[in-house]
Amino acid sequence: MIKARRRLWIIASGAVVLALAATLAGVALRDTMVFFYSPSMVSENPPQPGQRVRVGGLVVHGSVDRPGEGGANFTVTDGRGDIRIEYAGSLPDLFREGQGIVAEGLFGEMGVFTADRVLAKHDETYMPPEVAEALRQSGLSMDDEGYGGDRIEASGNLYRGPAVPPAAEDPVG
Amino acid sequence: MIAEAGRFLVALAFIASLAQMVLAWRGADHGGLEGWTRAGRAAAEAAVASAGLAFLLLIIAFVQSDFTIAYVAGHSHVDKPLVYKIAGAWGGHEGSMLLWCLLLAVFGLGLARVGPREPAMRSRAVSFQGLLQTLFFGFLAFASNPFDRLDPAPVQGNDLNPILQDPALVMHPPLLYVGYVGLSAAFAIAAAGLMQRSGGREVAAALRPWALGAWTSLTAGIALGAWWAYYELGWGGWWFWDPVENASFMPWLLGAALIHSAIATEKRGAFPGWTVFLALLAYVLSILGAFLVRSGVITSVHAFALDPERGVWILGMLGVSAVAGFALFATRAGSLGEGDGFAPTSREAFIGANNLLLAAAAGVVLLGTLYPLFVELLGMPMVSVGPPYFDATATPLMMAALALLPLAPFLPWANGGAKPALRQMRAALALVPVAAAGAALLWFGAPVMAVIAGALGAWVLAGAAMDAVSGIPAAKARGAKLAAAGRALAHAGVGFIALGAAADASRPPDINAAMAPGETIEIAGHRVTLREIARADGPNYLADRARVSVSGRGDLFPERRFYWGADQHTREVGLGSGIEGDVYLSIGEARPRADGSTAYEVRAAFHPLIWALGLGASLVVLGGLLALIGRLRAPVLEPRRKAGAVAPGKGAAPEPAEAGA
Repeated sequence: MIKARRRLWIIASGAVVLALAATLAGVALRDTMVFFYSPSMVSENPPQPGQRVRVGGLVVHGSVDRPGEGGANFTVTDGRGDIRIEYAGSLPDLFREGQGIVAEGLFGEMGVFTADRVLAKHDETYMPPEVAEALRQSGLSMDDEGYGGDRIEASGNLYRGPAVPPAAEDPVG
Repeated sequence: MIAEAGRFLVALAFIASLAQMVLAWRGADHGGLEGWTRAGRAAAEAAVASAGLAFLLLIIAFVQSDFTIAYVAGHSHVDKPLVYKIAGAWGGHEGSMLLWCLLLAVFGLGLARVGPREPAMRSRAVSFQGLLQTLFFGFLAFASNPFDRLDPAPVQGNDLNPILQDPALVMHPPLLYVGYVGLSAAFAIAAAGLMQRSGGREVAAALRPWALGAWTSLTAGIALGAWWAYYELGWGGWWFWDPVENASFMPWLLGAALIHSAIATEKRGAFPGWTVFLALLAYVLSILGAFLVRSGVITSVHAFALDPERGVWILGMLGVSAVAGFALFATRAGSLGEGDGFAPTSREAFIGANNLLLAAAAGVVLLGTLYPLFVELLGMPMVSVGPPYFDATATPLMMAALALLPLAPFLPWANGGAKPALRQMRAALALVPVAAAGAALLWFGAPVMAVIAGALGAWVLAGAAMDAVSGIPAAKARGAKLAAAGRALAHAGVGFIALGAAADASRPPDINAAMAPGETIEIAGHRVTLREIARADGPNYLADRARVSVSGRGDLFPERRFYWGADQHTREVGLGSGIEGDVYLSIGEARPRADGSTAYEVRAAFHPLIWALGLGASLVVLGGLLALIGRLRAPVLEPRRKAGAVAPGKGAAPEPAEAGA
């Protein structure tokens, strides 16, 4: 009887901790999960304003601008759409033009993406799975020269923020 | 020539492992004393010899820059310093897999020589280890051979990734692998114990030293990796909750749970099934870690290059190991027996609670790490799960474990009774959290979680100090004294880690600036002035070295390097260490300004009390080693203490009768 009670006690405390951990994990997952948007996805289905997202693509050759006061701005493309990214930090050493990168942050009003994290791989032959998938979907495929030859050009279809519904454009008149 | 010999030796090790599995199994069937067992041991010796020789050949190929071997060409360079040529042998996938296999074989031989006392169980464990070896040597021989030829051979190699050319990273993989692979020995013993229908206490006693050694090495490997990330990656982080880090952290959490639950099982027979289950699960999660790191299924800042085919192999090995282990567990766990009763305030209960919390932490880390993969498999939009998730889940669970930790060493086994423990810890209980919380608020204006973590760190430190004062003298035998000292040191180390992590989470924001020589910025009260930039080239790289004056820290010399072999830039940070923390500087690209001057990217940060992390990790490792030595000096299975044993420092109190009989 005491044995049965002890076992019940152990199982009950175990169940409480597990339920607590599961609740914690479920809530945290819902609140902190970050969705990935490719440049062509973002214009079709823009994220909510203020929603934290990841974007990724190939860094367009000649698009990287390093202002004298620090930080860096650059454009990523998946061949069908482009996103302009502003980053206040110091770019990772493996960041380079033509390479696949992932950035995390928020879209601003004009569709410019303000990143607070830029991920480039330690391994320069590596392509982030999200970017590889986005490129596959947009029809760019890898050949011996890399993606779409050795020079990455912008698609010319730069994201400029969500299309504003006409009624809400100017409520004052 | 080297390539052919290497391939032959890898194949030989595969066959020897297969023979080890079969022969030792028959040996165990015959009671573990006859010729079969000896033959199994000879096979284990052959596996170690051939794998060791193969590893030596790979190192020689690296030293000679033999680029006819694809793996060498992919990870070496003629101009590379010798130590990094050698380290290249375990710097990439195939070579590190050879090291993994070699260690599996070494642990197999270790089990054959100094494994479980009971002969049949020992032979059975050697056989299970042979199964694990066979899986991995098969993978090595058929899908990841480091001796594959490259034709035509290049004149020059691709170089080892330059950020891996670092002293800490030379030792990081071997230590990590001793940890991962050491858990295989605990797995093999657990499986053998189930197969032999051994009692839980015997199994726990047999696997404890292996788990302790493996976990200690895993701790050292993870700590070196974190330290390397801190000073080498140039952004001052040491833990990112990256999938690859989580891959090592899950076995670490389960290993930490295992080395505690094994004590309760060995000494008191408490939760035998759980201990055996943990031993099986910890190694399975080690293989899962290898899968996450090597298959490229998950975006990580530091995974190996992706190769889905490898992933399928590793999943297969994971499946075979898990099915073998857990099927045995499901059918035979009953024979492990049930322990004696214990009260809610006994040491068993606290160890159980610690295990529950650590296992739950491992569970939420597993969920967060695999969730993006599940979502992708279901064809839903791709997501990532980052630090905010882990900070909100794993961190509070671990903090709860910290809150319980200091009391446990003062609690008696079995019948328990928290009063003496609370009396002993009263002062610490009342003062430390208040003082720590006040100080943390005063000094850093820290986030709430960090203040709580800091207070818990101080609480754990106080507990460890009191445990050292009362526990070490109370232990009678030399081995027991060492074990008590190890416990106090390791717990103090955990306290320091909590303090260091809390302080670093409350650090002032990092500064990113573009600075020309002569300009000054300020971080945490230190004036940082860029003086000059000069060339400082090395044997296989070009470098710009900055001289930066930091008030209170003298001149620091952060560098930006370009490795031509790998066509890659890296940073060497400038660290100005002091008792209150590190001033951390790294420089990046040069950028011309409109006025014709040249500015350089400078990243400046202040990391308060960051030394506490290094000190804490060192103490945990030292404590683990002392406990291991103490354990090896103790009799293998003490006669069961009839009346629930004694809390250290309490002296031999008369034993109350056991509950639950």
